[in-house]
Amino acid sequence: MIVKDAVCPFCGCLCDDIEVEVEGNRVVAVANACELGTTKFMCEERLKGPILRDGDGWKEITYDEAIRYAADTLLSAERPLLYGWSGTHGEAQCVGVHMAELIRGVIDNTSSVCHGPSILAIQEVGHPGCTLGVVKNRADLVIYWGSNPIDAHPRHLSRYTRYADGFFLENAFRDRKVIVVDIRRTQTANIADEFVQIKPGGDYAVLSALRAIVQGKTETIPRTVAGVTREQLVRVANLCKGAKFGAVYFGVGLTMTRGKYKNIRNAIELVSELSRHTKFTISAMRGHYNVYGSNEVNTWMTGYPFGIDFSRGIAFYNPGETTAVDILARKECDAALIVGSDPAAHFPRRCLEHLADIPVIQIDPYPNATTAFCNVQIPVAVTGIDAVGTAYRMDGVPIRTRRVLSTDYPSDEEVLLRMYTLMQGAR
Amino acid sequence: MNELLIKNACVIDPLRGINAETMDIAIRDGRIVEEVSGAAEVIDAHGALTLPGGIDSHTHICGTKVNFGRYMSPEDMRAGRTPRRGPLHATSGYSVPTTYGNSYRYSVMGYTTLLEGAMAPLEARHTHEEFTYTPLQDTMANVLFDGNWGVMEAIRDGDIKRVAAIIAWTLRAVKGFGVKLTNPGGTEAWQWGKNVSCIRDPVPYFEVTPAEIIRSVVEANELLHLPHSVHLHCNNLGTPGNYTCTLGSLGLIPDLNRKRQTLYATHVQFHAYGGSGWRDFCSKSEPIARFVNMRPQIVMDMGQVMFGKTTTMTADGPMEFNLYRLHHDKWSNHDVELETGSGIIPVIYRRKNLVNSIMWAIGLELALLTKSPWQCLLTTDNPNGAPFVRYPEIIALLMSKRYRDAEFATVHPDTAARVPLPAIERELDWYEIAVMTRAGQAKALGIQDLGKGHLGPGAEADIAIYPLRIDEVDPSTDYRKVIEAFGRTEYTIKRGRVVARRGECLVDGSNATFWVRPKVSDAYDMGKDPDFIEKFDRYYTVRMRNYPVQEEYLNRNRCIETEAAI
Repeated sequence: MIVKDAVCPFCGCLCDDIEVEVEGNRVVAVANACELGTTKFMCEERLKGPILRDGDGWKEITYDEAIRYAADTLLSAERPLLYGWSGTHGEAQCVGVHMAELIRGVIDNTSSVCHGPSILAIQEVGHPGCTLGVVKNRADLVIYWGSNPIDAHPRHLSRYTRYADGFFLENAFRDRKVIVVDIRRTQTANIADEFVQIKPGGDYAVLSALRAIVQGKTETIPRTVAGVTREQLVRVANLCKGAKFGAVYFGVGLTMTRGKYKNIRNAIELVSELSRHTKFTISAMRGHYNVYGSNEVNTWMTGYPFGIDFSRGIAFYNPGETTAVDILARKECDAALIVGSDPAAHFPRRCLEHLADIPVIQIDPYPNATTAFCNVQIPVAVTGIDAVGTAYRMDGVPIRTRRVLSTDYPSDEEVLLRMYTLMQGAR
Repeated sequence: MNELLIKNACVIDPLRGINAETMDIAIRDGRIVEEVSGAAEVIDAHGALTLPGGIDSHTHICGTKVNFGRYMSPEDMRAGRTPRRGPLHATSGYSVPTTYGNSYRYSVMGYTTLLEGAMAPLEARHTHEEFTYTPLQDTMANVLFDGNWGVMEAIRDGDIKRVAAIIAWTLRAVKGFGVKLTNPGGTEAWQWGKNVSCIRDPVPYFEVTPAEIIRSVVEANELLHLPHSVHLHCNNLGTPGNYTCTLGSLGLIPDLNRKRQTLYATHVQFHAYGGSGWRDFCSKSEPIARFVNMRPQIVMDMGQVMFGKTTTMTADGPMEFNLYRLHHDKWSNHDVELETGSGIIPVIYRRKNLVNSIMWAIGLELALLTKSPWQCLLTTDNPNGAPFVRYPEIIALLMSKRYRDAEFATVHPDTAARVPLPAIERELDWYEIAVMTRAGQAKALGIQDLGKGHLGPGAEADIAIYPLRIDEVDPSTDYRKVIEAFGRTEYTIKRGRVVARRGECLVDGSNATFWVRPKVSDAYDMGKDPDFIEKFDRYYTVRMRNYPVQEEYLNRNRCIETEAAI
């Protein structure tokens, strides 16, 4: 059996044209997906059932036992943290928000360690963006800044930019210019028409220089800015102003380097400035397939995209205080629920030390680095493979994933709802 | 069987011509009935003003741009928050509250049905997800067709039936209710950073004009026999002198429907400006109202501005960019492939600002100069003119010349020379307010036959009982009492159940979503049209099979089927 138009639950591109060949309830072949997506569809290393830490080993337990344990642990916590959420569907994220509200916990998603600074910048200056299809059909200039789609979002180039056909471009490959801005010559730089190599930490200065040139103040620019020559800066600025439609895509190379959210603010303000001359947009290259959905769900339910603290009943947001890394580093939290992410692979050591000291429940289909830190892990169906649910593409387009396999695993939503129901009974 | 009897209600029910009669209302299983058994629960209204549940026929409460308004505005979220309490969830936000915030605050004001004014088809799933978390009102969404490539191509080819067919397919796919045009043609031009100045400007590449889009889509809408008319946000919003463009747009509309208007012109306040620039900016409410008074085929809503902070959000991307260049605050924009766009900026309307003062006056003038309240409905284009929580003040302003004069004394001193408001003596009565806040909406949306907007047997038992006796309160002088009463019902009843009482919501509800499925012949089924399918595959970034919103997204699914003439 071939499942057509399956939705890839890997990166923020959320490709929905995948063909998955299934035989005997196993995925045997995947067409259209990139290597990352194919690997995810083919992966079979799942946990069989819930496991409970038992001394140095693990004990198999039932879903009922695991869910009861999870509910009790979180109910008895004074400052529970509910973290992750980017690797699950929106319906589960909604239950997560209700749960955080009920137990007066902190709910945070992986944006606080990826595009959190981008969100802070947007909260200062806004976000002129568009859906990916607008870029595909119109853009004659695309800039990748601090992102390397060939490795991280492999089909971004073929579906939306470099290699994509577009309605208003006669010969898209020839008529569309691609600029890559990075601190090193990445693979994506090799396929660019122009590569701008910035000295590490110099993004903010280069963005400011471009803004000045766009504003007609070229004479104020020194001969080089963060290793980039004035000639190249002027050339890039002219390419931008001369474009009919320009699109900037930035990654964590801009978000998480020196300057952080101020870099993004500067980039957005450059785009706002360019919008006075021509059409320009800017968007973040979101990582997890549904990290943006988690921001969306949190926002309509609580008002804030991430880092929400319900300890006083109201939704309170103060990134840097109410975000997972900070709460763990300050050793505030006394129990954690991890859903659809792998903090042990990404968080600072200090946070992990605390994570090792407190009860941790992980809801995740796969054994991962966080498994080593948790007391209970509850395996679930994988959204887009054996569970159906809503995911938001990096540009905000919501897509319902398809089921390609049927298994007995419960979905994240089911497990969380059962936990929530138990908690409601207790409160 | 669930029975409820409301006794001694002072009922105003304009769709049935009932004006302040004291009567009992019997309810069984969520609907109004002739009578109930002696076992029914009884609410004694003690002669309080009792109206059908409020209906907002143009508000922005759910979906991509609304949520982005929240996302980019933590300062607004902090400006209104309540904790989790009983069955109620926590809420945040003042001008763009969270979904629960919207739902609870509307409910406390007696509103039971809401129409989201603008839904981009590609992102419809998002709107429906948020509807699910708007528990105390029934919801429906207008679908944006202003920059739809397929529609514009069909218009260029002179094929109105194909326009209708594309609208039919899309409404069905995205579970939409009505057809919305926001700055028709302008949202497509904006994807090149351009705009159209008025209805005769051709759209780049597509070579159709806004006038052609408006005319064709209006015709197509009637071919599909949709409950609602085309819902138009005119070109050229917010610019001095735009009233001529508005009159030109309204002048395009023939009278094609005997049951309701043929065009719903939304937030007309923003389209009723005179002057050649900001320096001689003035009100042109009079020519607009005069024009509408002579044309029963047009219904408009006010789009009233109230002073204070709010967030503007619209599919009209180029307009928001122009506003951004005036305000220099933050600006978001979101263009949607092959369809439409949107923009958001926060604004503060100030009494000390002459332009803002004139805008405030224009909205009121439109309502006061339009003879029939059925033709000018009360809105703020929430939250664009003001958050909906300001509705009670607007009601009071319309009912009291004295209140208007008191407020007028506080606005920019030059306003008097630019607006007719001080000379208008009219004070609206309770009946007219009931028309402008529920009955008129039900008629304009074409949902009165579904039991909305009235209290006749068979109607949905959506009822608002306000803590006010109209024989004791003179709105002309006691306007404070009017504001207080309309801000907080004694009881809000949704589907036969008390959902809010004296400012407190009591239950976690479950809404219904109304959407329309026009039945078209096979020849006009775009799902089988090779050209439509091919273009979809080539230019959208979502597969055609993944585009339709599944029924799982509809909480209580209220599908309205129409027999289309194609």
